[in-house]
Amino acid sequence: MTKKVMTSNESVATAVRLAKPKVIPVYPITPQTTISETLAQYVADGDLDAEYIRVESEHSAMSATLGASETGVRVFTATSSQGLMLMHEVVYAAAGMRAPIVMADANRAISAPLNIWNDHQDAIAERDSGWIQIFVENAQEALDTTLMAYKIAENKEVSLPVMVCLDGFILTHTVEPVEIPEQEDVDEFLPPYEPVHQFLDPERPMSLGNFADPVFYTELRHEIQDAMDRSKDVITEVGKEYGEKFGREYGLIETYKTDDADIIIVSMGSICGTIKSVVDDLRDKGEKIGLLRVRSYRPFPYEEIEEAVKNASKLAIIDKNVCFGVGGALFNDIKARVNKEAYDFITGLGGRDITPETILEIVEQTKNPVKDVNWIDLKEDY
Amino acid sequence: MEVPEIELLAPGHRGCAGCGASIGVRLALKVLGKNTVAISATGCLEVMTTPFPESAWEIPFIHVAFENSAAVASGVERALKAQGKEDVNVVAFGGDGGTVDIGLQALSGAMERGHNMLYICYDNEAYMNTGIQRSGATPYGASTTTSPAGNQSFGKTETKKNMPLIMAAHGIPYVATASIAYPEDYMKKVKKAAEVDGPAYIHLHQPCTTGWGFDPSQTIDIGRKAVESGAWSLYEIDHGEFKVTYRPQKKIPVEDYLSTQKRFRHLKQEQIDQIQQYVDANCEELGI
Repeated sequence: MTKKVMTSNESVATAVRLAKPKVIPVYPITPQTTISETLAQYVADGDLDAEYIRVESEHSAMSATLGASETGVRVFTATSSQGLMLMHEVVYAAAGMRAPIVMADANRAISAPLNIWNDHQDAIAERDSGWIQIFVENAQEALDTTLMAYKIAENKEVSLPVMVCLDGFILTHTVEPVEIPEQEDVDEFLPPYEPVHQFLDPERPMSLGNFADPVFYTELRHEIQDAMDRSKDVITEVGKEYGEKFGREYGLIETYKTDDADIIIVSMGSICGTIKSVVDDLRDKGEKIGLLRVRSYRPFPYEEIEEAVKNASKLAIIDKNVCFGVGGALFNDIKARVNKEAYDFITGLGGRDITPETILEIVEQTKNPVKDVNWIDLKEDY
Repeated sequence: MEVPEIELLAPGHRGCAGCGASIGVRLALKVLGKNTVAISATGCLEVMTTPFPESAWEIPFIHVAFENSAAVASGVERALKAQGKEDVNVVAFGGDGGTVDIGLQALSGAMERGHNMLYICYDNEAYMNTGIQRSGATPYGASTTTSPAGNQSFGKTETKKNMPLIMAAHGIPYVATASIAYPEDYMKKVKKAAEVDGPAYIHLHQPCTTGWGFDPSQTIDIGRKAVESGAWSLYEIDHGEFKVTYRPQKKIPVEDYLSTQKRFRHLKQEQIDQIQQYVDANCEELGI
């Protein structure tokens, strides 16, 4: 095990190198590009034995990734924002065809207006595609999650693609110390990929991507739902196994000082680091505040959230996205199944800083709520 | 030329009687053989051959979407290479809509990257799967459901996109045109294309009984009339070398080709003369 200071993009690329995918089709887009560049250098230097395809668009990136995956090899691609929007059609096809693809999404706002900075709108726009979506908090978790993502995706009870979501710039371009596992330990944790269900091979011909009429379509979609349900246990088991092997365990959610908390802040991604610091400050002042970080956004861990917040009186949900007309996605997902007084705070869109003061304001507003859905830090004059 | 007896596109698929696309695929697979992976764009071919849980394909087959068969094939080709299976043929099929319109970018990218694959465009000159809409490959004067003939219109007002030359401009080792009505010429080209190291493109003209409006028994006959009139030409560009592979002994008037099909039935003499001029100019350019 070595320790190195690196960005989350480099830590994702490092994890990919350790996972040894055979085909990597990628197209550049800010702030994902340095993942692709780092992988290109690994291949150029002989540190990674993979076919690197410099495709002409993200639509083709996902198409080539899916084609390669269905030919029975481990694959990787990465994208962001507009790139993910362009991929959209094939993102759905990848889940429908049950391809165990791993993709990094450097979370970035969606145009218009054009904006290269961070929020979660891109990933949220793909939440119903059948992909497992895991949001990470820091560079170490980005590396660890990328390795775990292969093990989850390739589990035969799952066979679904996994999107590793990391905050654009805040994580992708910020350096942190990261522990890099040894190759032999990774090889033990993640053996070479053996396709179990379907793959293109002249020795055993089969047709993939057939069209299905109303007699079959519903059942085939329901199989995705079943696999998504089964993936919850697999994510938890893989997180435990990773913890035993590498000393860092991960679950569907992370709780921070929630046991006796009166107000629990709920959010995803890198902002949770700031929230933990604010929680500590408020705890020092005697306030019973906690944080629930949602790691697995799809599948959505309703039961785990319900259990974690059962003693709290209120939830303050921070959404770095908006579903126009109904508020933030995280808020609406929680409200749909968790019976708890909850308030939504939409903030951090298009890269606007969420400061400790913002979090304090959210806590204050939760104590004295006016309405369900609140946009924080809105300027009156701009 | 001896035609292999092997059939890798099984009978009983849902193609129309007289379907030209299925003939094109059958003939290609006879040449390519079992050690082949096929990729198809969304379209007639995919829909008629792979209704879940059935399939007419006796070789591995994959379909993903409409515009990306060349991109999917790129991934398949590199994944085979990564597994040391470079001997497997990779063939992608797209209709004219999936090739010259919506799939052009993905195809151009794949050709530029030099993947070792054969792309066959089965050109029936309109979006047939959705019900005969105009594509970039629809010829001048053809009536389609989105370029219908009417009091103020004589059908499509633009000429057919010259896709083979667009492909040739990529500098790929092999480009050819073909017709299902000239199987020997077509199959020789498929063989050459499969043997070439790098990308190959074949633009296959195939009459469509439903979309063009003719009796299913006439598919091959009308395909021949297209070539005998010069409305479609057979040539290849092998490593940059252009060669006409079939020359009609004496060209028939293009009207003899147009008059066989409902899609041209509305044309007035003036437009037929215009088409004859286009055909003559094109043949002169090709040296036919």
